[in-house]
Amino acid sequence: MEIDRNLPPVEARDLKSQFGENVIHEHLNFRLEPGEIIGVVGGSGSGKTVLMNTLLGLKEPDGGDVYYFGYNRSELSFDQRQSINNQMGVLFQGGALFSSMTVRQNIMLPLKEHTDLPLPLMRELADMKIHMVGLPAHAATLYPSDLSGGMKKRAGLARSLALDPKLLFLDEPTAGLDPIGASAFDRLILDLREAMNLTVLLITHDLDTLFTTCDRVAVLVDKHIAIADTLPKVMEYNHPWVQEYFGGPRARAALEAGNG
Amino acid sequence: MDQASLTDSGTQCDFSLLVDGLTLRLTAIGEWTLSTVGNIDQRLRDAVAPLEYEDVDFDFEGVTELDTAGAYILARAIRCTPDICFPFNLSGGSRGQQVLMRAAADASMGRAPKQSRQWYDTLVRMGEATERFFEEAFDTFAFFGQFISIFFRQLLTPHTIRWKSVVAHIEDVGLNAAPIIMTLSFFVGAVIAYMGANILASLGFQVFMVELIGISVLREFAVIITAILLAGRSDSAFTAQIGAMKMRQEIDAMQVIGLDRFETLVIPRAIACIVSAPVLTFLAMIAGMGGGLMVAWFVVDGVSPTLFFQRMRETVEIRHFWVGLAKAPVFALIIAVIGCRQGLAVTGSVESLGTRTTKSVVQAIFCVIAVDAMFALVLYEMGV
Repeated sequence: MEIDRNLPPVEARDLKSQFGENVIHEHLNFRLEPGEIIGVVGGSGSGKTVLMNTLLGLKEPDGGDVYYFGYNRSELSFDQRQSINNQMGVLFQGGALFSSMTVRQNIMLPLKEHTDLPLPLMRELADMKIHMVGLPAHAATLYPSDLSGGMKKRAGLARSLALDPKLLFLDEPTAGLDPIGASAFDRLILDLREAMNLTVLLITHDLDTLFTTCDRVAVLVDKHIAIADTLPKVMEYNHPWVQEYFGGPRARAALEAGNG
Repeated sequence: MDQASLTDSGTQCDFSLLVDGLTLRLTAIGEWTLSTVGNIDQRLRDAVAPLEYEDVDFDFEGVTELDTAGAYILARAIRCTPDICFPFNLSGGSRGQQVLMRAAADASMGRAPKQSRQWYDTLVRMGEATERFFEEAFDTFAFFGQFISIFFRQLLTPHTIRWKSVVAHIEDVGLNAAPIIMTLSFFVGAVIAYMGANILASLGFQVFMVELIGISVLREFAVIITAILLAGRSDSAFTAQIGAMKMRQEIDAMQVIGLDRFETLVIPRAIACIVSAPVLTFLAMIAGMGGGLMVAWFVVDGVSPTLFFQRMRETVEIRHFWVGLAKAPVFALIIAVIGCRQGLAVTGSVESLGTRTTKSVVQAIFCVIAVDAMFALVLYEMGV
């Protein structure tokens, strides 16, 4: 199927999600523009991960529609869904690497499943991805249990980039990293966006990440995306939660650091 | 001047090469992505290999799409020594493509092709396996020693033993295992009776089957079946439980809080096994004899239950019972210690949990049978 890169990679229209009686999202409208990095913020339990899972197709929406590159998901055939899925990469919170495989095998797995490249070339491409995410070359033969938290995230990112996706989802990419590692990861995301022409949706609580990497910030509050705009405009938005979030001492420090 | 230009119908990407002095001009056209470059990789490599040049000028005017795979393959044309790469220029590409090419050149730099040395690797792995075997044996003995010292220390101060945990484990190890062990033992007793009856009948000594059943069940089968069942049931459970705790850092947390892992995890399980095993063995003996009795009663002519019990009292000495029962706590101890040790040896990965559980069961059964053989030897020499 033809994929038009100029259309929004993901769009949610009037989305509704609920677990039993508990409504998580209602009338949620949200759209990613091609080539942007958008950060989703929201309080704990506001349903950020549920939103990501819904956009990824891991969870069916309980109302409303999800569009990929202009295609309505509910109207796609299985094969079409698959080829859309191959355009998406995900970095889960803990990396979600397969623990019985080495880092290189983890990265080669999507290639083996979805391409018919010769095996040596796959191996080399996997090594290239390992290099691109800033892991040392010897990490290729290590198992996930031998990696530190930061290395696991990088390895997970390398696997999510294996098929050269157009769209990348990152769930709390810098959580659990030290500030140096976190800012290196922020830079890495910016570099990769430039090199691979990515559209990135990232869920984060890290204000530094929001300030340094995101083109737009979407605020998930009151069961819907209240505002999705550039950071200065979001910070002026008149909502108590938003004001508290960006008005706190941590946010001010991050803002000053970002400006300085 | 050397030119190697190839056009292939069917592929969506193509290239042409032109050497000018020490500079190679590489003109790429079409879509260079993961789905298209599979075939062109070898061709480009073969075409570039014989040429003599240092720098590369890439012309991306005709490139419609480029991803990391395409960039990587194109970057192969860049000549590298282990330390530096010769420079390359890019015309017609977007800024993103330039970044991508630089990353690709970076990645392919200085990576020597790996050689596979099968024979050498096989020998190395054999050596490693041998070393691992001795390490395992050493570690198991070391763990056993550590266990014994803490076990006796705790026996001297019984109030430090976690009795609640012991009772909970007795329920799981002993009570819950009783039905399956008795069933199996019943069948084994019946099988021995059948075989004994057949063979002895041909000699005319059918009545000797009572001795056969009595001695074999009391002395060996009841306790061995109990031990093997415990190894399959409880030993693997110990390894999995403790291993999962290890994986989730619960053991580390316990250590920090000041709970000794031997006192909280190993000793209660060991005591539960030591207490349960003789009881289970006793039940297995009864069930095994019951199986023999059933066969004698209903299948074999001439051996009535009365005769069965009478012969049992006359010919099967009580020492066989004690020998069987005495082995039970020893096997139980072996099983508990091996299960706990393998559990504590689990590292972070799911795979290590699997291999450790397998190892645990195999080692436990191996040790039980080896120790049983030693028992047989020693008891024979002692005349018991």
